[in-house]
Amino acid sequence: MEYEAVIGLEVHVELKTNAKAFCSCTTAFGGEPNTHVCPVCLGLPGVLPVINRRVVEFGLKTALALNCQVASFCKFDRKNYYYPDLPKNYQISQYDLPLARGGYLTINVDGKERVIGITRVHMEEDAGKLIHVDSPDGGYSLVDYNRTGVPLLEIVSEPDLRSPAEARAYMEKLRTILQYLDVSDCKMEEGSLRCDANVSVRPRGSQTFGTKTEVKNLNSFRSLQRALEYEIERQIAILESGGRVEQATMAWDESRNVTYVMRTKEEAQDYRYFPDPDLVPLEIDAAWIERVRRELPELPDARCRRLIEDYGLPAYDAGVITSSRDLADYFDRVVALYPDAKTVSNWLMGDFLRLLNAADLEPRQSPVPPEELASLLQLQKDGTISGKIAKQVLEEMFASGKGARQIVEEKGLVQISDEAALTRIVEEVLAANPSVVEDYRNGKEKALGYLVGQVMKATKGKANPSLVNRLLKERL
Amino acid sequence: MDLHNLTAHEVGDLLRRREVSAVEVTEAMLERIEVVDGRVRAFLTRTAEQALEQARAVDAARARGEDPGILAGVPMALKDNLCTEGVRTTCASRMLAEWIPPYDATVVNRLKKAGAVILGKLNMDEFAMGSSTENSSFFPTRNPWDLERVPGGSSGGSVAAVAAGEAYYTLGSDTGGSIRQPASFCGVVGMKPTYGRVSRYGLVAFASSLDQIGPVTRDVTDCALVLGVIAGHDPLDSTSADVPVPDYRATLWPDIKGLKIGIPREYFGTGIEPEVENVVRRAINKLEELGAVCEETSLPHTEYALPAYYLVAPAEASSNLARYDGVGFGLRVPGRDIVEMYMNTRSQGFGPEVKRRIMLGTYALSSGYYDACYLKALKVRTLILKDFENAFTKYDVLATPTSPTVAFRLGEKAGDPLAMYLSDLCTIPINMAGLPAISLPCGFSQGLPVGLQLIGKAFDEATLLRVAYAFEQATEYHRRRPELGVA
Ligand SMILES: [Zn+2]
Repeated sequence: MEYEAVIGLEVHVELKTNAKAFCSCTTAFGGEPNTHVCPVCLGLPGVLPVINRRVVEFGLKTALALNCQVASFCKFDRKNYYYPDLPKNYQISQYDLPLARGGYLTINVDGKERVIGITRVHMEEDAGKLIHVDSPDGGYSLVDYNRTGVPLLEIVSEPDLRSPAEARAYMEKLRTILQYLDVSDCKMEEGSLRCDANVSVRPRGSQTFGTKTEVKNLNSFRSLQRALEYEIERQIAILESGGRVEQATMAWDESRNVTYVMRTKEEAQDYRYFPDPDLVPLEIDAAWIERVRRELPELPDARCRRLIEDYGLPAYDAGVITSSRDLADYFDRVVALYPDAKTVSNWLMGDFLRLLNAADLEPRQSPVPPEELASLLQLQKDGTISGKIAKQVLEEMFASGKGARQIVEEKGLVQISDEAALTRIVEEVLAANPSVVEDYRNGKEKALGYLVGQVMKATKGKANPSLVNRLLKERL
Repeated sequence: MDLHNLTAHEVGDLLRRREVSAVEVTEAMLERIEVVDGRVRAFLTRTAEQALEQARAVDAARARGEDPGILAGVPMALKDNLCTEGVRTTCASRMLAEWIPPYDATVVNRLKKAGAVILGKLNMDEFAMGSSTENSSFFPTRNPWDLERVPGGSSGGSVAAVAAGEAYYTLGSDTGGSIRQPASFCGVVGMKPTYGRVSRYGLVAFASSLDQIGPVTRDVTDCALVLGVIAGHDPLDSTSADVPVPDYRATLWPDIKGLKIGIPREYFGTGIEPEVENVVRRAINKLEELGAVCEETSLPHTEYALPAYYLVAPAEASSNLARYDGVGFGLRVPGRDIVEMYMNTRSQGFGPEVKRRIMLGTYALSSGYYDACYLKALKVRTLILKDFENAFTKYDVLATPTSPTVAFRLGEKAGDPLAMYLSDLCTIPINMAGLPAISLPCGFSQGLPVGLQLIGKAFDEATLLRVAYAFEQATEYHRRRPELGVA
């Protein structure tokens, strides 16, 4: 039988507000353990939370970008459970009246566009971190509360995803949107973007849902895709052998490449949700929503369309360029100075991204500002330097942070287009390589390339290649 | 002159006129505590050094010609569920026996700014759960009028201290009557302000949607003065209301002619001692003599307030008290693993009443019971509020007994939680509705004080104080002091 997967994702996004959700402590990553804390985020007796309006603002931005309906009235609830890094032993979250519901985003997998529903977006606070220490008498754990109270958004999708690849594409698209909104660092390795996946399988064509399992805490695109692949295979194998999938909460073991059961349905937690009496319900008026909507940046889909329509870029190029707001911003700034969009996109997708990745930098951190890349392209276009030299100059610009013109002048890289000077060199090369000349004349086309190379070598790559070609052919 | 028999405003006037110094008053109070607290046992922690230092600072300010305010230099004390920076705050629980908060509650902050001299921290029922102060993990406090009787609870220490002349005023907290019922038992004035009138920041939470901090004083004038200091919006408490705070003392005007007072018949039902009812009815007659128009009325959902309260309050408490787990602060009793550590800590740290309520609350919130218990209780709460709103379309205030009985004997109800819960019958509905109410001495039964409860519209503490003041000016009950068998 053929099976299809039904996948829904619950994505947790850490918001990059300066202050925590319910106190004024910093949200900065790292720091000595327990230095970014106060009585409120430590949950000391007597303290009260007060919502940081920036958190609501960031939530609103996200909800609107995901085409959600924002609630005019929402409240905070307590999710009660015991865990040593949860100072109050309840988490402030939102239960039946979340910030927003009913949105969607579009993904593109194998050239097929799909619309994935968003069930809800809600606000909550993060917990701390346990540091386990081994010791001869069984070990112990230390708690770092620096992250307690850091604001999170939970974005829950409809079970609309049908494959691990779609799930990954959804997660990547979500990250791109969040980056455009500038509401999160989206650093999966630091835990600022992580997800739980609900997954079930059913015979292809069936409309009913199979029993689902929840795979917790997938913190990279790779683990998301591989855990889903594994879990889907596992469930199919159970069904194929006539068994039944047990409802359970699973974890992904990265090192062994398997999912394993954390909790079964029987052990399911009762979170005893109830409205947090310390926080007054939140009223979000239409004016607030409108103001946030007006301040939304151009989002990736719209920007991609603009690049195709305004610059005639191929859809592929536009997709790559707009997959990062940073890169798209960079692109726009270069194109404003050097309006040949396709050339710019080629350079960005090629050497520029390669050099950035090698240095592990974002486009905005590039040592080569957009103005300098534009002037480099200009130098190539007006024939001052060759394409080959241009690549060299870009590497030099990355390494030294110097401007294109400065490097070309300092290193004397200006292209030699002086016919008399080049003629002299061409004749020297011909005289020094009589056997190659002979080969060429006997029909070996390749020999010409060798001779061009020799001229280039003699001019340290500065010779104008088309001129060299013409001069060589004239004399052969 | 027996300094300890004065009221806060009387001492405040002496201090202003510089007839005594704050240090002298403080020393006199510390001595009084030394003499009587062995019998009353109101204090859990005394902060004599800090008090004298605060008194010296007030004296210095006055010596410089400043006027730091009427309450500056007047010794007071705090219920031990109000956080005090650097001074242990125990909630009368083994769980927090050694806990020293790193911050002051907002009310403590405001009192300090007003020049308060803080003598120490007062006994209470553990985590404010109880009606007799017998649930303190340390020792019971005694009623200054009869040392074999309870002072009421949970603010028993706060109330006994004022009645016994160990502090000119104190702060308590009131979740279901915890200021008013003991104020009634001990013959002092106790007020629960409107929910949101006083910041709860730094009050160790029992039931967040019901808790409110309020003053315990010897007379209505002091109550007005203290409320004026602690009331007002606090950005650290999002449930604190941004409503202007009147100059309450200026609104004390002993004229209540034409004021309409409703007498809800449900508060005079079964369980009320006949002599208590007589005393309260005579007090209502007094109000009529003073020109108020008193009329019987009905709050039909009153009988559901108690059962609903015993779902809402424990539900919130079960969640609020989850943080006492031995991980971050407070008591830790080791175990083989984290779960055993949690269990040992909570088994040994909490007393029986706290455990009872945590279990009740956990049950009321658990899936499958939420709708039938917690949600139903919230609906009842709305009905109770509607009863009051309806009554306040006709009346300016409502008058009832504060407690159906006078103070009972130590141990009399300690083994019977349900009997104990009934002693808050008249006060609980007011917390459920979030309204302000005051209890003031209105007579005696069997030689023990009886309290009159006045209930007001939300944020209309001024009218409550005015009616209470008119009654007080026309009577002498607030001047009586317990004997305590000492000079
Ligand atoms: Zn904090």
